[in-house]
Amino acid sequence: MSIVDTPAPGADRADLDRLDANWAERPSLRSFLTTVDHKRIGRRYLVTAAVFFALAGISALLMRTQLANPGGDLLSPEQYNQLFTMHGTAMIFLFATPMLFGFGNFLVPLMIGSRDMAFPRLNAFGYWVFLFAGIFMWASLPFGAAPNGGWFAYVPLTGGQATPGLHLDVYALGLLFLGVSTTAGAINFIVTALKMRAPGMSLNRLPLFVWAIVATAFMVIFALPALNLDNAMLFLDRRFGAGFFDPAAGGNVLLWQHLFWIFGHPDVYIIVMPGLGIVSAVLPAFTRRGVVGYPLIVLAIVAIAIISFGVWAHHMFAVGLPQVSYGFFSAASSIITIPSGIQIFAWLATMLLGRLVLRTPLLFVIGFIITFVLGGVTGAMFALTAFDQQVTDSYFVVAHFHYVLVGGAVFPILAGIYHWLPKITGRMYAERLGRWAFWLVFAGMHITFFPMHLYGLFGMPRRVYTYPAGLEWDGWNLVSTVGAYVLAVGFLVVVVGVVHAIRRGRPAPPDPWGGDTLEWSTDSPPPAYNFPVVPRVHSLHPTWDARTAESTGPGATADRVLSEGRRTPLTSELDGRYERPVEMPEASVKPLVLALALLALFVSLLFAWYPVAAAAVAVVAGTVAAWLWPGRRPEART
Amino acid sequence: MTPPGGITATTSPEALSTELPVGRSTGWWGMVLFVTTEATLFACLLGSYFYLRFQYGPQWPPGDIPDPALLRPLVMTAVLVPSSLPMLWAERGLRRGQLWRVRAGLTASMLLGLTFLALQATEYAELLTEFTLTTNAYGSLFYVITGFHGLHVLIGATMIAWALTTTRGGLDARRDDRVRNVAIYWHFVDIVWLGILFTIYLSPRL
Repeated sequence: MSIVDTPAPGADRADLDRLDANWAERPSLRSFLTTVDHKRIGRRYLVTAAVFFALAGISALLMRTQLANPGGDLLSPEQYNQLFTMHGTAMIFLFATPMLFGFGNFLVPLMIGSRDMAFPRLNAFGYWVFLFAGIFMWASLPFGAAPNGGWFAYVPLTGGQATPGLHLDVYALGLLFLGVSTTAGAINFIVTALKMRAPGMSLNRLPLFVWAIVATAFMVIFALPALNLDNAMLFLDRRFGAGFFDPAAGGNVLLWQHLFWIFGHPDVYIIVMPGLGIVSAVLPAFTRRGVVGYPLIVLAIVAIAIISFGVWAHHMFAVGLPQVSYGFFSAASSIITIPSGIQIFAWLATMLLGRLVLRTPLLFVIGFIITFVLGGVTGAMFALTAFDQQVTDSYFVVAHFHYVLVGGAVFPILAGIYHWLPKITGRMYAERLGRWAFWLVFAGMHITFFPMHLYGLFGMPRRVYTYPAGLEWDGWNLVSTVGAYVLAVGFLVVVVGVVHAIRRGRPAPPDPWGGDTLEWSTDSPPPAYNFPVVPRVHSLHPTWDARTAESTGPGATADRVLSEGRRTPLTSELDGRYERPVEMPEASVKPLVLALALLALFVSLLFAWYPVAAAAVAVVAGTVAAWLWPGRRPEART
Repeated sequence: MTPPGGITATTSPEALSTELPVGRSTGWWGMVLFVTTEATLFACLLGSYFYLRFQYGPQWPPGDIPDPALLRPLVMTAVLVPSSLPMLWAERGLRRGQLWRVRAGLTASMLLGLTFLALQATEYAELLTEFTLTTNAYGSLFYVITGFHGLHVLIGATMIAWALTTTRGGLDARRDDRVRNVAIYWHFVDIVWLGILFTIYLSPRL
């Protein structure tokens, strides 16, 4: 397990020049709008999701300011409803998943030794759709027309009668629009991981982070249709008078809840799973050994992905379901803690058996384990139906899912930011700033959310815009508000750290941490073609493995240099046998055009300009037809 | 090129040590996954139908809507489901590089699909006088489920027309790939119809 320096490239000067000519893009407006480079798209996902995180965070700060003392009057009830709905919706849909897809976009091709994703133009399209869908939803807020029915938007409250206006139309259409991007991204990840791996990377050598992304993508494939259907029905009910959720017309309001949580519970794992993958990717570098129990962790990932589809009704224990279903969903909800536990113990064993290097990424991983386990403990409490019915819709629930999601997604994301910042920007961050950020975020998080357990148990319901004095809630709410500001300062320090690194950081070497996966075997930041020579992989820890390193050295075979044209190898699905090189598509403006046409479609549906919508559909069809038109270049792929 | 058939072909040492699936393109995987997520969407739709039906009570369809007539949907089935056969025939032609066969097969499938849509239009023309999307939840389910499937047939027929146009310059590896993907989508649209036939037209009579 020695760490090998980056070897002399097996590609000669002429090869590198050709690769550069074929792959590199000059910075210009044109290349900005047409790029299909997974690294640029990945960076955009990260930055855009961070902006949406900031907007959702500011919404939360406004709400905490309102709730600091009893009888707060900073916000009107209408404003408060829109803010808490946008906070939840944006954190779940516009921050967590896209942020983790951003890491996936940047890292998956690098980790598996490919030169791009399987469908680079689809990838660019996915980003533009995400950006436009996010703007579509946030733009409603200044007009006072933002969604206001909570992030899970239960009918009949969200029906046309109880909530007239555009609010919930923005919600339904915005999420349908965003669903296009998420589905496209998920398909892209699966196909990339199946077909684009470097030769020799059989499935049992696939990095854990990529396993997590693939499992997430499969959950998206099977879970997102339920949400899309739900939102389509809501829109049809509200706009065209359909009767899906209207009991007077023979519909049923519980249909919304079932479909929503058939999506919604897998979605918890869709958010957390890539976070767990980041933890498994960060640990080897900072414990100086491979993660303990690789096959067990892979099995746990797959098991979670499957069982997560059998627990949805535990979100509905308080609505009056048949008794039998309580038993089933209670049992399933308890069983799913086992594979989660396996992963936690595997990480603890890794830290116990390794030699800890206490840098900022590892601090965030430790913060993750503490916070996430606390959230898991309250989660196991909810699996008991009787307890669940006592605390449902109280601040105890708010405390629980912030421990799970801040613990399970935000901490790993922060660990990932510090861990891969040198790879993404080519600059090192300042360690002291990183430590400050960790302690502020960690302290702020617990000061904010721990008291919520208490005043939840004391009976404070969630989603109230204010409360009277003398209910034993006052002091604890003030503590939460102070914590929220500490948390905000912590995030500000993270931003300062990132900007400081980009502006002033010292240049990063290819492998500053001694990591084990392939992204550390190429330059920081990687060249446009990622790898001068596509490596031949010989172990689970290719960068620690001398034979893999030698495979890119002198004597590398021409079928892995591929310097003519934009080419990368295709390999077989299971064993990663070399199949054939494929030509990758070049930059194109069509993804942007298609996304703009979809934006026009959704905006015109929102404002009921149906002729414009019809025209937009025609543009969509025409663009897809032109996009997929087989040109005369031999063997290009879309 | 084609291996000899029979049991020896599948049990030879070479066949046993060959990893399966073999030689699937990224486009093939992309289409299969897309169809998978679409199939899940249809499953959710049909699941919603049964959920609303069994939560509603004994009388279904509700109100004075009669059980759906069977003759026309069965004719529509007889038109749409066999439309996969010329498509399969065209796919075999693809393997042998027979352009005429690919074109003839695609055209036949497309025409059968358009016939299906015409029959659906006559069905709608009749039923819309009895109940509409807004009459009740049954009306909403009926028109959204059948309409969504009809939209898929329309998209499928458009895709076939597009694929036919791409073959104007002859066949090559990339055009083959497009035709194969269109075929996957078309088979999917056919198979889903059987689920809809059972749910919408047959299940109320059970």
